[in-house]
Amino acid sequence: MRRLLLLPAVVAVAACTTAPSVSEHPKPSPRELEEVTAVLKRDFRARGQATMDRVELDEVQRLCNLHADNPPAELARPIEETQLKAIPFPAGSMMGDWKNGEKIAQSGRGAMWSDKPGVQEGGSCYNCHQISPKETAFGTIGPSLAGYGKTRGNRPEIQRYVYGKIYNSKAYNACSQMPRLGHSKTLNEQQIKDLVALLLDPASPVNQ
Amino acid sequence: MRTVIGSAALALAFAPALAQQSPYAEYQRMARESAPVELFELAGEEAWKKKQGPKNVSLEQCDLGQGPGVLKGAYASLPRYFKDTDRVMDLETRLLHCMMTLQGRSREEATKRVFGNADNASEMEVLSAYIAGHSHGMPMRPGTSHAKEKAAYQLGQKLFFHRAGSWDFSCASCHGEEDKRIRMSGLPVLYKPQVARPLIATWPAYRVSNSQFKTMQWRMNDCYRQMRMPEPMFGSEAMVSLVHFLTVTAQGEPYRGPAIKR
Repeated sequence: MRRLLLLPAVVAVAACTTAPSVSEHPKPSPRELEEVTAVLKRDFRARGQATMDRVELDEVQRLCNLHADNPPAELARPIEETQLKAIPFPAGSMMGDWKNGEKIAQSGRGAMWSDKPGVQEGGSCYNCHQISPKETAFGTIGPSLAGYGKTRGNRPEIQRYVYGKIYNSKAYNACSQMPRLGHSKTLNEQQIKDLVALLLDPASPVNQ
Repeated sequence: MRTVIGSAALALAFAPALAQQSPYAEYQRMARESAPVELFELAGEEAWKKKQGPKNVSLEQCDLGQGPGVLKGAYASLPRYFKDTDRVMDLETRLLHCMMTLQGRSREEATKRVFGNADNASEMEVLSAYIAGHSHGMPMRPGTSHAKEKAAYQLGQKLFFHRAGSWDFSCASCHGEEDKRIRMSGLPVLYKPQVARPLIATWPAYRVSNSQFKTMQWRMNDCYRQMRMPEPMFGSEAMVSLVHFLTVTAQGEPYRGPAIKR
């Protein structure tokens, strides 16, 4: 009874206040960011391949955390350039074997403390992207990649872009939600080439 | 401070309508009727009353925030600040505290197997089932007034959005945008009260996909595994704060667990 009487008053207070709601994505100060990292260092522990150096922030993570994933272009651009310069693009064709690329795209394993390092790592691609039309269980966090090479072709510049995007998505969009699969050493050069072929090879089911 | 009050008011305003309309709630209700949750609750009652540890006593005098041995409504009032430990604790952290103080068990022994498997649920899991069951139908009211409770909420909120690890993920990488999914699984936007309420108010839960009864600490642990982070320590301030943030976001929702999940 008492709670019922109180309810309109509480709602009225909420309606009047200009305080930010919980649904807003807060921007931490540099000091708060350091404090969170200190908490992680204290409250997490290394397990398997997931070692404690993973809680240290690099320039990309720092930028995105400080700006709630929406940094001003003048801050994002130099960092994207640094990330791009660090990509070791292979010489020559970057098109590998699309069949193996499909296996890598399917696998959600890799880089977790429960995974054995060096055993076939996956890219978790289908977790977030539509890719081959044969796979209907695809995620939607990332854009659909269905027919990717059909509309773009597979000339060297396109291969280079796709290779770079998979190797280090942050070189093109500093706060992309996509993991840096090459930069993080989850996937090696050949595995990324196989994914490039999955998207660009005219024989790949993606382009049928 | 203000954000906590704001979410409380929102929760009060929307909870009754959503609880009646959500098809998820209906699924929860139907699934609960045919699931083995009661078996875990029964095992939990046995574990609660079992004399063990160097002091050979049961947990029956454990104070979960409502007084020694009081189970009714205890889970729905957690996480909360406890004066005797001067920290915010969730159910599992408090149970661990009771195992160490009442029963005289070491942290090492008591946390050796906090997460069980399909063949054998852990002591922590069955205890969570038993105790949470005593809050069924009661509104979730985690502590929000003590300074340490406010600090826990704020730390939990920061952790939720904090990107780190090999894959640059935060909780919000998967739980930050509406109408997204991983493979076929829908991704709830857990910092939005109307989304968080039905989900948080149903843990701990029996997971049909792997036939296991799972707790909130496990849920946090397994998300961080998939985020490619190192392992969060059981009952650490970071994990309790994250659980507290999620529970405050969901507050006001009548507790409908232990429930059934995918």
